[in-house]
Amino acid sequence: MELQLFTRRSEYEWEIPRRDAMRVPGVIFASEALIRDMDHKVYEQTVNVACLPGIVTAAYAMPDAHWGYGFPIGGVAAFDPAEGGVVSAGGVGFDISCGVRCLNTGLTREDIAPVQKALADLLYRRIPAGVGSTGTIHLDAAEMDAMLTGGARWAVGRGWGTDADLERIEEHGRMRDARPDAVSPQAKKRQRDEMGTLGSGNHYLEVQAVTAVYDATLAETFGLRPGAVVVMIHCGSRGLGHQIGTEFLKRMAVAAAGLGIVLPDRELACAPIDSEVGREYLGAMRAGINCALANRQMLTHLVREVFAELLPAARLVLLYDVSHNTCKVETHIVDGRARRLFVHRKGATRAFGPGHPELPPALRAAGQPVLIGGSMGTSSYVLAGVESAETLAFSSACHGAGRAMSRHQAQRTWQGRQVVDALAARGILIRSPSQRGVAEEAPGAYKDVSAVVDAAEGAGLARKVARLEPLVCVKG
Amino acid sequence: MGVRGFGATKAEAFEQAALAMTAIIADTAAVRAAEAVTVHCEAPDDELLLADWLNSLLYEMAVRRMLFSRFEVRLDGPRLDGQAWGEAVDVARHHPAVEVKGATFTALRVACDDGVWVAQTVVDV
Repeated sequence: MELQLFTRRSEYEWEIPRRDAMRVPGVIFASEALIRDMDHKVYEQTVNVACLPGIVTAAYAMPDAHWGYGFPIGGVAAFDPAEGGVVSAGGVGFDISCGVRCLNTGLTREDIAPVQKALADLLYRRIPAGVGSTGTIHLDAAEMDAMLTGGARWAVGRGWGTDADLERIEEHGRMRDARPDAVSPQAKKRQRDEMGTLGSGNHYLEVQAVTAVYDATLAETFGLRPGAVVVMIHCGSRGLGHQIGTEFLKRMAVAAAGLGIVLPDRELACAPIDSEVGREYLGAMRAGINCALANRQMLTHLVREVFAELLPAARLVLLYDVSHNTCKVETHIVDGRARRLFVHRKGATRAFGPGHPELPPALRAAGQPVLIGGSMGTSSYVLAGVESAETLAFSSACHGAGRAMSRHQAQRTWQGRQVVDALAARGILIRSPSQRGVAEEAPGAYKDVSAVVDAAEGAGLARKVARLEPLVCVKG
Repeated sequence: MGVRGFGATKAEAFEQAALAMTAIIADTAAVRAAEAVTVHCEAPDDELLLADWLNSLLYEMAVRRMLFSRFEVRLDGPRLDGQAWGEAVDVARHHPAVEVKGATFTALRVACDDGVWVAQTVVDV
């Protein structure tokens, strides 16, 4: 993008001044290099979000922002219901509560080395992944509603985890005010056989080792010493979330005019928070969050079983579980006043700073772990929330690297087998049902995640704690 | 990822858009047109009808664990009656690459340009 489009507030903060129908300015957090490379659509979409009713302070975009559907991916926007604020299905995305969880194993990469191949093979056999895969648990109507209300708490109640897991999950494992009655029968049917499945595309399960520590104190608190091995799981609410997103996107687009909302673009479909369709979406979306939390909890159980078989000394303890496609009710200080806001984060991670009451006691002094996923050959990062992010962007940070190349282009550039072999030569074992899927997800198809993370830290959105590199990757 | 169907008629453009979308998931040449599934949609305009059509196909593929490779569309005002032919997913034979989560309203357009119908949108994968 052209730099003259912006007023530079600081080294990493670029303002789109308020004009025309914008109710607030836009703000993009990025280094100069990242913003030059950013798609111009991020600018347009940030401007469009800034036009929506009831938006508070600014429309934000994180350093990994790229062209999304209505909202940019990497977008953050907060709305006040008292000022006619809206909720947007596009502002959450199709994969509701897509997120990342990180499990400490208590092992080192030396412990893994003798069984690395066996571990890759067994994880691949036990973790349902890819198109058409089904889980081993099939939910009837009553269990479906219990899951949609209970989230990871429901899963733990069924024996797939422990109470200790729950305090390490946003919302303590259960999103309140979920409404299974607002979730269509079609969405429930789509999910019936998909519990405990990884999905496909950019979703993955990785065994990773810590290769760099940037803050020794925080790394110690998070159990991330050099060489320590963790498991990182990236997936979301599967077919149920996709169906909720699809249905409400249409309902909101059709209802907008009747609700007095003028949309700069149809893909910004939204509804007043205080409207029937708005309330129903919030109820259904929260049920979708619970589905994602339950799904990641069930996958965690499968991973623990695999480690128990191959590496009985391992103790898989949940470090944290973050969701990066959500709309949540949070209290934020705006102009010195506490306000209850509906914060959309689409491809952005909540990043509460030290002392936040939502954080579990063991992490409260450190700040929230912010989990930044790489994929296959690229690094992942663990960051920590910092106080400054509260005033900068409602305590939000980036979520990943973002694609640099289309799937089509990646497919023409690489062959899956080549990618698998090249990574194996680097000690990274890939297991996937689809060679084409591997080619489309080749590490080179993504932006430099390190540049994104550096910009997030430079901007004051989060603090770097550790870098991790994959040893095993199961791709859907 | 963008999908765009061209056709001599609007219905044909819808059929081709569906074929483009399913080609994202797997090589449609490897998918046998063994079983037919019927789809009905209704929407207030052509663009929303296209999104509905594509999303209905995604739904049917998901709940039936099928892949499709051939499509037939009949349009009657705001209504669409469609059929999709395909078979159950066979990972070993189809090597499906990726699920499509949904058809979005991004770049959503149905129009006749110089006598050629175009039906396009961006799908989320």
